[in-house]
Amino acid sequence: MEYAYYPGCSLHSTGLEFGLSTRAVFAHLDMELVELEGWNCCGASSAHVVSHTLAVALPARNLALAQAAGHDLVAPCAACFNRMKAADYYLRTDPVMRAEVESIVGFKYSGEVAVRPVMAVLYEDYGPEQIARQVRHPLEGLKVVPYYGCLLVRPPQVTQFDDPDNPQVMAALLRAAGAEVLPWSHATDCCGASLSLSRADVVQNLVGRLVERAREAGADALVTACPLCQVNIEMRQTQEAKMPAFYITEMLGLAFGLPEAQKWWSKHLIDPRPVLSQAGLVERVG
Amino acid sequence: MINDLTSEVNRLSGQQIEMCYHCHKCTAGCPIVEQMSYGPDRVLRMVALGETETLLNSADIWLCAGCYTCATRCPNDIDISSVMDALRQIAAQQGVAAAEPDVYLFHRLFMGVVKTMGRSYEGATLGLFKVLSHVPLMNDMGAGVNLFIRGKVPLIPKSSGKTAEIREIFERSR
Repeated sequence: MEYAYYPGCSLHSTGLEFGLSTRAVFAHLDMELVELEGWNCCGASSAHVVSHTLAVALPARNLALAQAAGHDLVAPCAACFNRMKAADYYLRTDPVMRAEVESIVGFKYSGEVAVRPVMAVLYEDYGPEQIARQVRHPLEGLKVVPYYGCLLVRPPQVTQFDDPDNPQVMAALLRAAGAEVLPWSHATDCCGASLSLSRADVVQNLVGRLVERAREAGADALVTACPLCQVNIEMRQTQEAKMPAFYITEMLGLAFGLPEAQKWWSKHLIDPRPVLSQAGLVERVG
Repeated sequence: MINDLTSEVNRLSGQQIEMCYHCHKCTAGCPIVEQMSYGPDRVLRMVALGETETLLNSADIWLCAGCYTCATRCPNDIDISSVMDALRQIAAQQGVAAAEPDVYLFHRLFMGVVKTMGRSYEGATLGLFKVLSHVPLMNDMGAGVNLFIRGKVPLIPKSSGKTAEIREIFERSR
């Protein structure tokens, strides 16, 4: 299987280990990611503040590149996925916007390229049963809660992925990897997103509540699939006891026994190795 | 009766705010509401009543985190996050100073970097924000250093190599 790959800006910076673990997991499963040549920023959570047209046109240029490549577009970052899927939604449903954006970007929208998050590709194209067969070191003893945040599942008419109130896909993938997935009610609560720099107090408050609820559920760590959620969780905890946030692909890579997994932990702002060694998972890697 | 503000908000957001019957589901689910003066459902009502000046000067329109909880739960399918965006755009057009200046500053700096380089670059956005915002300079220095030593804020950013093409999209998307 070959996919057009859109790492987005975050996977080269704050979400470094998300990019590294995504590439490692896909390579291990013989799923080829071919990075789009000359991709641009999707506009993230800022373009739509300035202009609706710009917020569709910027990601539409990436859709045009993927269309030319002729493969489904895999976007690991939740914001990138959301913005490109939103562009696809407006191009599909709003003829006036479509004509305008086609002229701005200089392409003809075909609607043939599917924009997909990493979890959708792993769950739908590979499947949790097959993933379970690849597991060499089950994540037994690791207690986690799945944390999606907002942009993978909302608004649902745009994202068309999983359930916005009671999502299931990440839990299924984590169970396939052998982790103990605990029930909680905050999988799709907001972390405060791009208010992190301008109103850190708001994000500290929201992140604090998430971590508190995760701890009440009995979790040792949160698992995310969004670079902004991950960095907010690890950067904005003010409590004494800190809880790390893993990427779903890090969890899978660890369970597959990929040796490169050891290079990911030091990238975290909250060192996850105490949690891993407590569950007896650090030494067994490799 | 539809006033000018409602028409403009509907035009910019692609929504029909007259559909709101004030069930308050949006406000009940909003993660930021405790920081707001009015909350999402009253913002919609104020648009309908044409309370332009109060709205454009409110912090509420800048505090929305764009989580789409309201848009997901609204029984009338109003995407209130997009309504907030429309109100921000109207405030900017009319030259109304943002009640949350740092929030607006961050978005402008972010888009300025993307316009210049085709991609986001934290080194530039964070650096400029530190200098230009009201947030004390030393706040987050520790976190910044931690990101840097982990190789998460590269010294030399990766460009898309297509900056002229991307700048053209900015120019044409006015």
